Amino acid sequence: MSQAPETKISVRNLTKSYGGTIVLERVNIDVPAGAFCTIVGASGCGKSTFLRMLLSQEHPSGGEILLDGEVLPREPTPDRGIVFQKYSVFPHLTVEDNLILADEFAGGGLTSRYFGGARQKAHERVTETLEKIGLAAARKRYPAQLSGGMQQRLAIAQALLKKPDVLLLDEPFGALDPGIRLDMHELLLDLWRERSMTIFMVTHDIHEAFKLGTRLLVFDKTRHDPHAPERYGATITYDLPLTDDARKNVPEADALITQPTYQDIGANHA
Amino acid sequence: MRLINLSPGRVLGLGLAAAPFVVTVIAYAVASHYRRLENPADKLLPSIEQMGATFWRMAFVPDRRTGDLILWVDTLDSLWRLGFGMAVATAFALMTGILIGFIPHVRAALAPYISAISLIPPITILPILFIMVGLGEASKVMLVALGTAPVMTRATAQAVMEIPGELVIKAQTLGANTWQMMTRLVLPQVLPKLITALRLGLVPGWIFLISAEAIASTSGLGYRIFLVRRFLAMDVILPYVIWITLLAYLIDRLLLLLSKRAFRWAHLQGGSL
Repeated sequence: MSQAPETKISVRNLTKSYGGTIVLERVNIDVPAGAFCTIVGASGCGKSTFLRMLLSQEHPSGGEILLDGEVLPREPTPDRGIVFQKYSVFPHLTVEDNLILADEFAGGGLTSRYFGGARQKAHERVTETLEKIGLAAARKRYPAQLSGGMQQRLAIAQALLKKPDVLLLDEPFGALDPGIRLDMHELLLDLWRERSMTIFMVTHDIHEAFKLGTRLLVFDKTRHDPHAPERYGATITYDLPLTDDARKNVPEADALITQPTYQDIGANHA
Repeated sequence: MRLINLSPGRVLGLGLAAAPFVVTVIAYAVASHYRRLENPADKLLPSIEQMGATFWRMAFVPDRRTGDLILWVDTLDSLWRLGFGMAVATAFALMTGILIGFIPHVRAALAPYISAISLIPPITILPILFIMVGLGEASKVMLVALGTAPVMTRATAQAVMEIPGELVIKAQTLGANTWQMMTRLVLPQVLPKLITALRLGLVPGWIFLISAEAIASTSGLGYRIFLVRRFLAMDVILPYVIWITLLAYLIDRLLLLLSKRAFRWAHLQGGSL
């Protein structure tokens, strides 16, 4: 691949406000296919809002987001996969049933359900995936019977079922133990290299952001009115390519992000 | 050790659970004994043996006039009315509740209506039902259904709306359309909550059943206790009340068991009463 990869996601002058509170403003960015963008920022800076707009869970108040040069659809579609921090897998389905669900939606007819032989075959088809995410032995268990790390591995595998071009991750490892996190990083990087997806990952761990990404986006406020904190929103203040050099000395989070003052916290909860 | 950190063992637990019942029975037996010492023909607190004998007669001795085993005929008639009414209410609550909870247009159209309907005291509809559909079975079944359906519908719609938004988004990214989300996500997630709503709905359900039977009926548990009230037949009324309570308890436990068997995933965390 000698030629430059095409632009996958293009954000043009994006604004998001709730009532009178401006959360994001003047967000502009072009992301080429295959990039792994990690997104950091103070809590309440709108980074999750940005991710939800990429997913079409929320809609821009101004500006636009283009996917392959076209305006995003108004609702979530299979070309953008998502892993949330919680509630990512279906609690009423066993591990293997969680993994055949997308298949059943596509080919299960009116009931969206496979029966008998078709069901058995669908279960056989996911065996390889189950082994890859280390859940082969737990295939008949329900999510509530899995550890947090196992649940997120299942969530990632499930998000990739429709082979999305774009994978969105909203603090996916925020609730996991450090050791488990490292395993999850390996799994995610493997899958990213294998599938050549474009990934956007929100995290509050700056080391994780530097380790995983090819590009770091920092969301922060550039303007601030102490009497009306809701007047100005956050934007992308740093857009750093993450080379091996950059990974060697990870800055302190405070160097990149201005921590919110006490007055801000109430106004910026969105 | 602090009191909150001590739990009774199995035997002690069962003993503690039985104690209030035993105390009630003993207190009744003592009161009944002393009343009958003063007046052997006392009707208000009949002896436990007398109640047992009456109950036995109603259950196993054919009635002299009709030849029926009165207890079983009453029980069957009442359970049929209750079951039919609750089945209608449950089916309505499931369908309407899912539509209201999941489809914003249906919610806009029906949620305020169902909320308003659910505030009508159901007993006030009873005379309307008697006038419109007559004094037969239909009016009693309809009272049970109409009395419980609105509240069960609201509970079901609420349960649908409490499904985490993340799951609904996730299903869409897996390619599901609205119908598929209703059948594969919403329905299975809501069924355990529907059973809870049904168990709670059975409490007013019994009230409406007994009321309807008391006012206009020729059979049923409610009919019987209001019939024999005229003769101060406490030896019939008290066993019937206990019998109704026992039936209600058994139905409740069976529904809980059904929920645990059929929706194991929903009972993996936390206890349930």
